[in-house]
Amino acid sequence: MSVAFSDTARRELEEILSRYPNKEAAILPALHLAQREFGYVSDEAIVHVAELLGFTPARIEGVASFYTMYNRKPVGRYHLQICRNLSCSLLGAEHLIEHVSKKLRINPGETTPDGKFTLSKVECLGSCGTAPVMQVNDDYHENLTEEKIDSLLDRLP
Amino acid sequence: METVLTTHFADERYRHVDTYVQYGGYSALRKAFSCPKERIVEEVRKANLRGRGGAGFPAGVKWGFLPKDLSRPRILVINADEGEPGTFKDRQIMSRGPHLLIEGIAIASYAMTIHSTYIYIRGEFVREAKIMEEAVAEAYAKGFLGKNILGSGFHLDVYVHRGAGAYICGEETSLINSLEGKRGWPRIKPPFPASVGAFGLPTIVNNVETIADVPWIVNNGGEKFASLGVEKNGGTRLIGVSGPVNRPGVYELSAGVLLREVIYTHAGGLKDGKQLKAVIPGGSSTPVLRPDEIDVTFDIESMGKIGTMPGSGGVIVIPEGACMVRALSVLMNFYAHESCGQCTPCREGTGWLAKIVGRIENGQGREGDIELILDVCDNMMGRTICPLADAAVMPAQSFIWKFREEFDRHIADKKCPFGNKF
Repeated sequence: MSVAFSDTARRELEEILSRYPNKEAAILPALHLAQREFGYVSDEAIVHVAELLGFTPARIEGVASFYTMYNRKPVGRYHLQICRNLSCSLLGAEHLIEHVSKKLRINPGETTPDGKFTLSKVECLGSCGTAPVMQVNDDYHENLTEEKIDSLLDRLP
Repeated sequence: METVLTTHFADERYRHVDTYVQYGGYSALRKAFSCPKERIVEEVRKANLRGRGGAGFPAGVKWGFLPKDLSRPRILVINADEGEPGTFKDRQIMSRGPHLLIEGIAIASYAMTIHSTYIYIRGEFVREAKIMEEAVAEAYAKGFLGKNILGSGFHLDVYVHRGAGAYICGEETSLINSLEGKRGWPRIKPPFPASVGAFGLPTIVNNVETIADVPWIVNNGGEKFASLGVEKNGGTRLIGVSGPVNRPGVYELSAGVLLREVIYTHAGGLKDGKQLKAVIPGGSSTPVLRPDEIDVTFDIESMGKIGTMPGSGGVIVIPEGACMVRALSVLMNFYAHESCGQCTPCREGTGWLAKIVGRIENGQGREGDIELILDVCDNMMGRTICPLADAAVMPAQSFIWKFREEFDRHIADKKCPFGNKF
């Protein structure tokens, strides 16, 4: 099934293209747009970005597969990304990952059956002074405790 | 002590152009336009401003590498791909004082006759990218960017470009490839970016903090900036302290500060009165120090004498009771995950380090594993295109050299004496 950008996304892509001397440099921003539009970077999204920018799908796939932020598989409505690097681990991140895993009954890398949450372990989010840290979609949640995570997860619609 | 960057960070409105101007912002840009360009580069050189991304290369010298011939356009790229574990200072500059960076960009671009600047910001920093974009728009609206800036006839365009999750893109040639829409593979040097960089054009890549220091240098002079630091390490540094300390956070301090003071005076010492077991001084790639080594000042030369470096200013405090093998295992998993896979010694070596350190932590270490780790390290160090392999080797070697008994005990007891947890 083919997919296509909304008019808004197409206009944004036009503006993005004006920032660079060539179309190639718009590949990363275009993939960010694709993820926003379609929820994840599907094979169809790769083909669409390739057509819009005039490259082969293989060229776009080669870029998309290099970067961890492009989800090549669908993720839940809320993507819970808990930092597992040293500063966060020293302050309890390992326990938090276990806690969320038990609470949602999924392992890291998995999505709840209702499609609401995906849990991921991620590398340093650059927020070590407010560790432990979790990124939920675009937003950082800092200085986390089990209680804070519980109240956040219960609050999310 | 005098601060260069964080003076007004407590004021939330400081990130908006009007407040920034009220506090004297963009006066350095006005001043710069009345100076000959060479004079600005000379002041930055006199300032002993060393790159704040980790390598510590003198900024003024780097600027001097651009070709004299102006026939090809040149590009400035700001490295805001802050990802070195333990480092969280550039995020603070961008969220609290984005105009410091923009003013620095405008001055640096003018001094180097550059008309396009890209701010390459790590993809996860969605909020900070938005703040930067808003600040750039404000600067255009006020005439600090765009055409004929402040009537000088100089024009400059600034673009915010988001990465997409790859530690390696903090390496400048990888960052350039990523900016160009490619996989973030580091390039072989030469050619250096100053002659062939982004889009094949002469390019200077500077860290956020480095460029944010430039307005103060123009306002107060290079010598004054140099005097805030110590010999060869001018100015202040943003030092981030993380781990179980009482007051984690970013502190703006002179490079003359002792690491001990950073931990105990500024960050308030360890939580719950715990003793210090180890400290990583400048981001996860810098060799670890024992508690008896922390009476060292935060400059490149002093840290170098004891075999480590101040790097990106990310101090990670490790308390008594924390397992050093587990800590190294966390770091080795990180480097294995982040190796771009281009060079065999790094792609294979980081994977093996993660595997061997992981099995020691899990009680499955074998006789000879420690020697094997050190041997793998020897086959990685200095044998790759970029320093990611070295960045994995430095913690691996230093953890073993300084905490060898913990590794031995894991292997002898066939289990983690700390119970496989932090």
